[in-house]
Amino acid sequence: MSGGVRQEQSSRGPTLRQSLSVAAAVGAYAISFGALSVAAGLTVAQTCALSLLMFTGGSQFAFVGVVGAGGTPVAAAATAALLGARNGLYGLQMAPVLGATGLRRLAAAHVTIDESTAVATAQPTARLRRLGFWVTGTAVFVLWNLMTLTGAVVGDALGDPRRYGLDAAAAAAFLGLVWPRLREGSARAVAAGAVVVAAALTPIAPAGLPVLAAAAVAVVVGWRTRS
Amino acid sequence: MTGWTAVLVACALCFALKLAGYLVPEGFLAGERVRRIAALITVALLSALVVVQALGEDGSLTVDARVPALGVAAVALWLRAPFIVVVVLAALTAAGLRAAT
Repeated sequence: MSGGVRQEQSSRGPTLRQSLSVAAAVGAYAISFGALSVAAGLTVAQTCALSLLMFTGGSQFAFVGVVGAGGTPVAAAATAALLGARNGLYGLQMAPVLGATGLRRLAAAHVTIDESTAVATAQPTARLRRLGFWVTGTAVFVLWNLMTLTGAVVGDALGDPRRYGLDAAAAAAFLGLVWPRLREGSARAVAAGAVVVAAALTPIAPAGLPVLAAAAVAVVVGWRTRS
Repeated sequence: MTGWTAVLVACALCFALKLAGYLVPEGFLAGERVRRIAALITVALLSALVVVQALGEDGSLTVDARVPALGVAAVALWLRAPFIVVVVLAALTAAGLRAAT
């Protein structure tokens, strides 16, 4: 019994190292987010508010991407919310593991993102899953916000974003975000369909709509695919 | 909606979605199909954003320095380069091509 406890405590090391290395890697995304957000026309304060309050990278990149492309604020908010829907499913997964109530539950919800869920679910025991979730979530939150501010201030000082290729960097950022999700055939089919829909609608639909319409491809393919 | 309103509304929506996962009863909406569709929606939105960001220009499609930059980014991803390297290489490619022409 005590041997088991000692073993579990000694195995906290790998969980902590995993959590912190994920956080460090994510900090780099935040620099690009900060710079791209001010390049898209948001203020430094709005950029930092997104990282503090929205705190879900894909949605944040999407929000500033739609704003930067001239989309309406409603389209930007809708795209961000649709991309954030997966966090709700992560919450469903994490709720029984964490067993959090009250303020702890609100804090848990706020740091429920790709990274914290991924590290947590990769741990072998319930105790390490909780440890991995909280350490990853907290470390990512701190680094994400510090690096967003850094990126926003630097981006603000740079001036004309096109001169520094920041518009191309935004496209590369979306490609980098979707890349690891393209392993399965159905995901690649959806990506191809979404590309066609977005390209076809861009010249005829108001900005922001082509991206939202692409989500329909996912619903159709996901509904018809058998697992 | 003004800029700040949109920022705050979007933040509230995203937090509500996260919290919803903790508040709905276990098993609810957690079916295989819902999970699959949610994962695919993420793929669809990000893929569409690549196109709009790489080709969109005031409501039309344009091919400019962003396209070769995206190609460089794809090669870097293929070679498993870290995210920040991919983004910086794309920026440098587009900036270099624009400075040269």
